[in-house]
Amino acid sequence: MSATGTGERLLDIRGLKTHFKTDDGWVHAVDGVDIALDAGETLGVVGESGCGKTITAMSTLKLIPMPPGRIVAGQILWRGRDIVPLTSDEMRSIRAKEIAIVFQEPMTSLNPVYTVGDQIGEVIRQHEGLNKKQTLDRTIEMLRLVHIPNPERRVNDYPHQFSGGMRQRVMIAMALSCNPKLLIADEPTTALDVTIQAQILELLAEMKSKLGMAVMLITHAMGVVAETCQRVVVMYAGKVVEEAPVRELFRNPRHPYTQGLIRSIPRIDLAAVKKTRLEAIGGVVPRLIDPAPGCRFAARCRFAKGICSEATPELREVAPGHKVACVLA
Amino acid sequence: MAGSTLASPTVSAGAATVVRAKRISPGLEAWRRFRRHRLAVASVFILGFMILAVAVGPLVWQVPINEIDFTARLAGPSLAHPLGTDDLGQDLLARMLYGGRISLAVGLAAMAAAIFVGVVIGAIAGISRGSVDAGLMWLTDLFLALPQLPLLLLIIYLFRDSLKELVGPEMGVFILIVVVIAGFRWMPVARLVRAQFFSLREKEFVEAARALGASTSRQVVRHILPNSLGPVIVAGTIDVAAAIIAESTLSFLGLGFPPDIPTWGRLLFDAKDYLDFAPHWALIPGAAIFLAVLTINFIGDGLRDALDPRKVL
Repeated sequence: MSATGTGERLLDIRGLKTHFKTDDGWVHAVDGVDIALDAGETLGVVGESGCGKTITAMSTLKLIPMPPGRIVAGQILWRGRDIVPLTSDEMRSIRAKEIAIVFQEPMTSLNPVYTVGDQIGEVIRQHEGLNKKQTLDRTIEMLRLVHIPNPERRVNDYPHQFSGGMRQRVMIAMALSCNPKLLIADEPTTALDVTIQAQILELLAEMKSKLGMAVMLITHAMGVVAETCQRVVVMYAGKVVEEAPVRELFRNPRHPYTQGLIRSIPRIDLAAVKKTRLEAIGGVVPRLIDPAPGCRFAARCRFAKGICSEATPELREVAPGHKVACVLA
Repeated sequence: MAGSTLASPTVSAGAATVVRAKRISPGLEAWRRFRRHRLAVASVFILGFMILAVAVGPLVWQVPINEIDFTARLAGPSLAHPLGTDDLGQDLLARMLYGGRISLAVGLAAMAAAIFVGVVIGAIAGISRGSVDAGLMWLTDLFLALPQLPLLLLIIYLFRDSLKELVGPEMGVFILIVVVIAGFRWMPVARLVRAQFFSLREKEFVEAARALGASTSRQVVRHILPNSLGPVIVAGTIDVAAAIIAESTLSFLGLGFPPDIPTWGRLLFDAKDYLDFAPHWALIPGAAIFLAVLTINFIGDGLRDALDPRKVL
């Protein structure tokens, strides 16, 4: 499987730097990230909490609160057009219609005072200019598409009448209601229990095959990535450290951080025969306020040498479609 | 639902075959919830009766409000005067009915004005960050810090006569009093709304709406405001009480309606010197104010619960 998807280049993030102002200084939350995504592709973005995955996604939709946030450098090319300088009005027509997002927290992502039908309908009516009846039909159709039983009835129910998994289905229906070309799923399963997680991932895969949009799946679970994605970007402390097709990444991880992530996946098959402790990556994520030069993983890396803290390693291609930012790899 | 065929779970837009379940409209649903709130329902009837009484009462009970009868001074309730008389022998029922129109109208209008101003200022402050918010809150604090009485005097002296010429004496005073009371009652509402906005605008569902292309005004009107109204409704009902009482204060100072117009507050103040001899004179308008305030509070309570779909009753 090659690294690229099927069609045109949809999203091309080049050298994105999103910083946040705090009392202690500027936090370099995203510090020079390059991510590209083709039409119809499923891209996984992994990394631990605070590595900049979500900020990258939010920057793509320009949902960063400004201030305190600021996109200080870089381009976000959406189908060849840089969206960083766009006004909020221009951004509004891109959101939902071209790029949609599903958040982590289905329990609080729906407005408690409106029925789910109202909320999905609002998005549809706003972007598609349909009348009331058409909007309702479309809403019911979307609910049926995400397998909500009895959608004609459920469309009039309020969010509190749905379970967490069902609400996430509603959120997905809402995000997909205007046929976006790219769906960003920001840890869509983190807040759900395991059986529901599998159902939601299945649903995302099904939606993708039916509607043909590209998916950027943000997660910290390597298992989720292995199951659903074609290509993976591994982020650490605001930077991309490795990027590869999914099989290549699992078979041949080059960056010590990726290796650590893969080793720290719990393996029930191994646990049954050998009594081994689950491996973890020692140490904590470095502070991102005015970070020192050099590899940001050096402090936690077991292969670190003197050279690692001298210069910031650049992403370089080590195999077709496989890029690593490590001087030793 | 009986008689409906289950639509096959296809994706096609063959909506013509879709049989829709009977929809319970949100209004009906709210009424169903409201009905469960017994005190609120009782309050609707009591307040409704009071409004009806002051609206049509003077047409039925046609005793003039200013007919002086010194033979029946400070008389208790009787057939001729069901609620008794005051120190000039004027019929209290007639005066209560007439005054109630003004008191209730002032209370409700001032509440509406105060809530409107408070919600607008609070919402603008709550959604915009930085200097706009700071400026509006300074304004709010300024109004809170103003010495109310001297300012009231000034405003009324300045504008009473010009307004009287413009819209007539009673309407002029009415507008002035509503504006003045609302002008001094909107600040708590504004602060409340701003605080609600601060917490609500960070909620995921607002973020989700923004992520799916909702404009700022749409986020405010559709997503934040309806979620912030619960406390505002309750604060508003308290404002009715405050407005009725503030009106009486103004009347007492000779700044409100002319002394011959018997608003409830005015009746109370007139009665205070005769508490020993004619307690009914003070009790009746007092009870009317009390009942009006209490029922409006209960209705506000019931409304808040009825309009909140999360509440399972």
